Amino acid sequence: MGTADFVEIVVKSLVIIWALLTGFAYMTWFERRVIARLQSRVGPNRVGPSGLLQPLADGVKLMFKEDIVPAEADRALYLLAPLVAVVPAIMAFAIVPVGPSVTLFGRTIPLHLADMNIALLYFLGLGSLGVYGVVLAGWASNNKYALLGGLRASAQMISYELAMGLAVLSVVMLAGSLSLVDIVNAQAGGRWFILLQPVAFLIFLVTMIAETKRAPFDLPEAEQELVAGFHTEYSGMKFALFFMGEYIAMIAISGVAVSLFLGGWRGPFAEQVPILGVLYFFVKLVAFLFFFVWLRATLPRLRYDRLMHLGWKVLLPLSLANVVVTALAVVARDTGFFGLW
Amino acid sequence: MERFLAQNWTVIQPALFLVFTGLIVLLVDLWLKEEEREWLAYFSLVGFGGAGVIVVRQWLAVRGLETPITGFGGMMVLDTLGLLFQMLFFLVGFLAVLLAPGYLTRRRLQRGEFYALLLFSTAGMSLLAGAQDLIMLFLGIEVLSIPLYILAGFARPRLDSEEASLKYFLLGAFATGFLLYGTALLYGATGTTAFEALRASEAAAAPRENVMFMAGIALLLVGLGFKISMAPFHQWTPDVYEGAPTPVTAFMVAATKAGGMVALIRLLYWGLGPADDVWRPLLGVLAAVTMTWGNVGALLQRNVKRMLAYSSIAHAGYLLIGVLSGGVGFVAVLVYLLIYALTNLGAFGVILLLEDGEREALDIESYRGLARFHPGAALLMSVFLLSLAGFPPTAGFFGKFLLFTAGISAGLTWLVVVAVLNSVLSVFYYARVIVKMYMQEPVETPAFSRSWLVAGALAVAAVGVVLLGLYPTVVVRLITA
Amino acid sequence: MSAQFVIFGLLAVTSVATALAMIFSRNAVHGVLFMVGNFAAVALLYVLLGSPFLAAVQILVYAGAIMVLFLFVVMLMGPEPAPLWEHIPGQRPLALLFGLLLAAGLIAAVNVEELTGVPGIMSQEVLERLGQPTALAQTLFERYLLPFEVTSLLLLIGMIGAVVLAKREKHELQAERAPREGGAE
Repeated sequence: MGTADFVEIVVKSLVIIWALLTGFAYMTWFERRVIARLQSRVGPNRVGPSGLLQPLADGVKLMFKEDIVPAEADRALYLLAPLVAVVPAIMAFAIVPVGPSVTLFGRTIPLHLADMNIALLYFLGLGSLGVYGVVLAGWASNNKYALLGGLRASAQMISYELAMGLAVLSVVMLAGSLSLVDIVNAQAGGRWFILLQPVAFLIFLVTMIAETKRAPFDLPEAEQELVAGFHTEYSGMKFALFFMGEYIAMIAISGVAVSLFLGGWRGPFAEQVPILGVLYFFVKLVAFLFFFVWLRATLPRLRYDRLMHLGWKVLLPLSLANVVVTALAVVARDTGFFGLW
Repeated sequence: MERFLAQNWTVIQPALFLVFTGLIVLLVDLWLKEEEREWLAYFSLVGFGGAGVIVVRQWLAVRGLETPITGFGGMMVLDTLGLLFQMLFFLVGFLAVLLAPGYLTRRRLQRGEFYALLLFSTAGMSLLAGAQDLIMLFLGIEVLSIPLYILAGFARPRLDSEEASLKYFLLGAFATGFLLYGTALLYGATGTTAFEALRASEAAAAPRENVMFMAGIALLLVGLGFKISMAPFHQWTPDVYEGAPTPVTAFMVAATKAGGMVALIRLLYWGLGPADDVWRPLLGVLAAVTMTWGNVGALLQRNVKRMLAYSSIAHAGYLLIGVLSGGVGFVAVLVYLLIYALTNLGAFGVILLLEDGEREALDIESYRGLARFHPGAALLMSVFLLSLAGFPPTAGFFGKFLLFTAGISAGLTWLVVVAVLNSVLSVFYYARVIVKMYMQEPVETPAFSRSWLVAGALAVAAVGVVLLGLYPTVVVRLITA
Repeated sequence: MSAQFVIFGLLAVTSVATALAMIFSRNAVHGVLFMVGNFAAVALLYVLLGSPFLAAVQILVYAGAIMVLFLFVVMLMGPEPAPLWEHIPGQRPLALLFGLLLAAGLIAAVNVEELTGVPGIMSQEVLERLGQPTALAQTLFERYLLPFEVTSLLLLIGMIGAVVLAKREKHELQAERAPREGGAE
């Protein structure tokens, strides 16, 4: 590995982290504005034009809040938990290709950090590690509401991860690769996998909301029952870190969803004009994020038994059936059984 | 993909059929009410019957072939020995399912999992019958055993059933450890798990020079010995057979022994044939110990299920004579297992009749004067017990005759003498029950529940035992044809 | 000293340290977390050995699924400090002895070429080939297809067993509840 490669990796990593952190900040603004609009309110519009500096003000406010650690808390884990919630979410974005290769300073630079042949396993693995942040926060706070929130989170995320993995698997079978770059390339020419795998897409859509613990699957922090769930005891920047984890996870998971089902950065003329690819990717990403917000403004929270019912008795069998059907179709394609392809 | 489809799937067709039947049972069970679940029993009967038809067809096709058909890279084989064993398994499974529904309904245990597990366990045996690789041998035994651990505890809130399940599971897991360790050592000594390569390996040619190989054989014998309840690894047998629900016990007695035997035959002759001077003397001594220990143990029992458990240990000892004889011995083992299975299923069927959901005829005293209340049941029980003891003209006599002649022609005269003496000893405890039924005054009205399914199974078993006793050569000719 | 060696050193120290910390921690939750840390370090070692697939599976299965369930159970049971007495006396010295034996065996296995002069089977090339998902898939789904499928049947049976032995049927629940309700009336 030459020095140039090393520099390239470091620069790309920094760009991703910067983009995600900024994305997080403006995601809060975006969510508040959109929900306000959906509820016929105005939303934050005082700090800066259209409230665009609101995240900055919030950040400053959170910095100066008193930082409380409950007396009976498990101090080390209490401090560790918010970090564990954020780091996997940031790492997950490394596999998402945001555009075609560009040529800068005479180097061909692919617009993704890592093209691994196990990318989706890496993504699912990080997703399962994300549970730890929530669970540990719940446990370390030594608060019964927080503990309940943590337990709910772990049960929920384990339950929905299965269906999500199987939904991803159907796409993997079609593309014949676990690499997101290959998957995006397999969707060249407008053959988006959402057209071939509508069921998998719907399953992924539901599970990605459950995995990020967003409404209507926000039981781990159901304020009416659990105060604020796993982060009841947290304040100041540590409190903000949980939100950072949640929003970055939303962005990362949307990025994966775009790459899996909506052709990633692909679109008309994207290969000739790389910046267009990045733009397409960004638009699709924002569409997903808008969907997240829209759902939160629209749907009431699920009851816990309905949540488990949906995960185990609806999504899991459905995704299994989808995998079976896809497998049969792939066999038919490869052996030329139907002659459709 | 092409290679996936190119695997020779026919070699596991019967097992596949059973597994799919089991899966369908599990699925359909979701939509059935408790009182409708008896239909699952009939469906399972179809499963066993269908698997039987497949096996018979395969047998007819394979009979004349010079070289047996193999599949899955030589891991499985389709030969007459394996197919005949599979026929036996499916017959036992069929009869065991006949015994179950009435009992399960009375105890409110009617659940689809029962039949599914029975089907899965039989599928494990079916795989075992064709195993040509240590890995498949191990997996077959596990697929055979694990459903039985669960089935033993199926009458769950009852303590003896829970105890049976736990004991069977813990000791079984321990035996599995031996099996795995032995497999690992054999692999270490030879670098292969395939029987064919094992047979050809240097270690098998000169086993005494390879400590790892010897240790591997010993550990495998321990593991398999547990499965066929060979002394001194038989301790679990009485407790498990006593505590498990009676239809499960009937299945276990008849089927696991057969499964273990076929595994033993496959391993010893197909895998370790050249090293027979190592295992032959060892197994001979163990056979003698097993039959004696089993018979003496049975003498001391007052509980009929425990008595039959010890008797099954003794029969494992007899069967080992056939295993040791090789060649003709396999025919003897097969015929003996068939007779033994029919007899035991019959005997447990009678025990099932004498049960009404609360009381069970387990203590030997509850058989007092049975002939006066239920002469038919008493007669059937007598026939089965006499057959177990090996009285002519029942089939049991013929089975023992076959085994012992095979043993003598293989030069195992000393072992046959021990076996004959043991048979004489065994008459005592079998006859004791008959005496109770016919010659003693009843104490209380015995519990009794009528069931057409059980009656059907009993009829099959009784007719089989009598016919095999009267026309013994027919089945031998059929097998060796 | 190459960068790879530095990374290896860091990971090796981390994995040993977390393993020790897991053994010696009195708090079950901390123990679980150290174990997760250990899994992560070992997974990165796999990456270093050119087997990213194994690393991902290790994280996904062990750290992501099994340990979460461990944590779940530990949290449900509440913090219970480990007892100071031993259930089976003499375990600790024996464990130490067997641990050392295992270490000796593993060291010998790794240094097989130095000890016997015969190169081991696992050369760098073989490892790199085996680390690829395709190689693993070919082994599992072609050569060992039947054992693999039978194992899945085995797991299914295990699941059925758990359900059969743990689930209470409706009439059993009613039977359990009946005496209590009867007493209240």
